[in-house]
Amino acid sequence: MSSPPTFDTIIIGAGMSGLAAGIRLAQFDQRVLILEKHYLWGGLNSFFKRAGRRFDVGLHALTNWVPKGTRGTPLSKLLRQLRLGYDDLKLGQQSFSEVRFPGVKLAFSNDFELLRSEIARAFPDQVEGFESLVRRIDAYDAFRPSDTSLSARSQLSQSISDPQLVDMLLCPLLFYGSAREDDVDWYQGVILFKSILQEGFARPAGGIKPLLDLLVARYRDLGGELRMRSGVKEIVHEDGRCLGVRLEDGQELAAQKVLSSAGWAESMRLAGDDMYARHVRPEELGTLSFVESIHVLDREPADLGFGATIQFFNDAPEFRYRRPAGLVDTQSGVLCCPNNYASEEPLREGIIRTTSLANPVAWRELVGDAYEAAKEEVQTSILARAQEHLGFHPRDYSVFSDCFTPRTVERFTGRIDGAVYGASTKRFDGKTPLQNLHLIGTDQGLLGVTGAMLSGVSMANRYCLKPSLR
Amino acid sequence: MTSEEIITAIKDIIATIAPDEELVGLDTAVPLRDQIELDSMDFLDIVMELRKRYGVQVPEAEYGELNTLDGCARYLAPKLEGKELKLVNA
Ligand SMILES: Cc1cc2nc3c(=O)[nH]c(=O)nc-3n(C[C@H](O)[C@H](O)[C@H](O)COP(=O)(O)OP(=O)(O)OC[C@H]3O[C@@H](n4cnc5c(N)ncnc54)[C@H](O)[C@@H]3O)c2cc1C
Repeated sequence: MSSPPTFDTIIIGAGMSGLAAGIRLAQFDQRVLILEKHYLWGGLNSFFKRAGRRFDVGLHALTNWVPKGTRGTPLSKLLRQLRLGYDDLKLGQQSFSEVRFPGVKLAFSNDFELLRSEIARAFPDQVEGFESLVRRIDAYDAFRPSDTSLSARSQLSQSISDPQLVDMLLCPLLFYGSAREDDVDWYQGVILFKSILQEGFARPAGGIKPLLDLLVARYRDLGGELRMRSGVKEIVHEDGRCLGVRLEDGQELAAQKVLSSAGWAESMRLAGDDMYARHVRPEELGTLSFVESIHVLDREPADLGFGATIQFFNDAPEFRYRRPAGLVDTQSGVLCCPNNYASEEPLREGIIRTTSLANPVAWRELVGDAYEAAKEEVQTSILARAQEHLGFHPRDYSVFSDCFTPRTVERFTGRIDGAVYGASTKRFDGKTPLQNLHLIGTDQGLLGVTGAMLSGVSMANRYCLKPSLR
Repeated sequence: MTSEEIITAIKDIIATIAPDEELVGLDTAVPLRDQIELDSMDFLDIVMELRKRYGVQVPEAEYGELNTLDGCARYLAPKLEGKELKLVNA
């Protein structure tokens, strides 16, 4: 690269982490450029239009809900760092959510006492164990983990002796944020436990788009540059130092620092076959992906008797959170009803979303009509099981439905195998083998909407702002 | 800038980065962290704002000097000499 750096920082990807990092840097007058391959921003939590309706790609829940004025929690820290007001998000709280296993269910809400009382009801002999777990979690500083190799399953089992309760507590944590099969790293599990069970769920009025609009407008007002349809083809480096990027159209852009939200293996692939071969271990590649389906109904799910906001279910004798052998695993999953959030702007139609574990390899092998047929077939089997938990069959009231697969995720976000939660080992320090290239978002280790944004903020602080003070 | 002006400048920066904190009646001799919620990310922002508004550099090893408002006034006095107070939240 011959030209001197034009940018202080180039950010690969306009997802949650990239936008949040961009705002931080533009706030302090850095020359910053976000490059996004897609024509829309948002990444895994973008939005799209179909049949005159706007849908959120991902959003079930914004985690980490806390009441206005709460200090020192991830959501409040994030808002401060991005200089957003709590009211800007127009958050509506969940009604309640549930974990359902054969013969037993546990409800939880944004009031932790509900889960406490549910445990006392359903697992009276585990109350002390649960309280000891909560004390350990409260005392654990998961953002400065002393040991990142511990397993959440084994840590939970130290406090709780009933394996079914361990599975029931893990179920929502894994579905909402684990890149590992049947388990999650302990520090990640602590973050997820706090953000899902102790804090809770909310939804911004209007879904993800108003939040994304706010982030993009803030970034641009601060002078940040955002280029869409600008895929990075290559991360340019020399002597172990990252110098900038080359775009798909051949243009070269030099920067002091590059932050990548493309993923660990994906970023190494951009750095060249040699870097990929030398640094990416096959067992690190994420194995988990999902099929997500959305059903628009001619009435509200609550009027059909479904009052929960999110339901995590498992119908199998043994709970499995693994890559299934077939296209999907219908025995467990997540049901989401965005209508069941309180909202200043209620949704105009009823919506049910379903999430099921999927096997990206099986989906990859399907071509042409077989792919479409498989989508149809899989939806039928997912809905047959969902019916038992919803109390009605979505197709009886459906006015529109859509479904996307690991292939869709790979196509729109470039994630290898559509691995929604990224690599199975995280790089919590954001470091890569290249100087001046750092990871943000999913593969740094914080995921979900709130997590990815916090990741962008903290890596931008650490690698782009602090060094500029020297 | 005088000591009072420096303290006003710091409070104005805090009002920008932590608008939800009550800044009236802060004790200038007591660590800020004991009176309002400020974490290390917020301290970074104070330092970044000092640079942005006044062109002042505070090396990380010296963040400790900014623990109290009196400490800020003492430590920043030479760096802010001859500079004019800029208020964003007036
Ligand atoms: C179906 C589904 C449901 C979900 N539900 C929720 C939920 O309810 N709540 C929640 O908190 N989270 C949810 N998530 C997870 C959440 O969306 C993600 O964890 C988060 O958005 C990740 O953000 P990120 O910035 O790390 O990555 P991404 O969103 O993947 O952003 C990376 C961006 O980089 C771009 N990119 C990649 N390669 C290149 C390149 N070479 N050049 C230029 N640009 C590139 C991609 O196009 C993408 O826009 C869900 C995800 C899915 C798929």
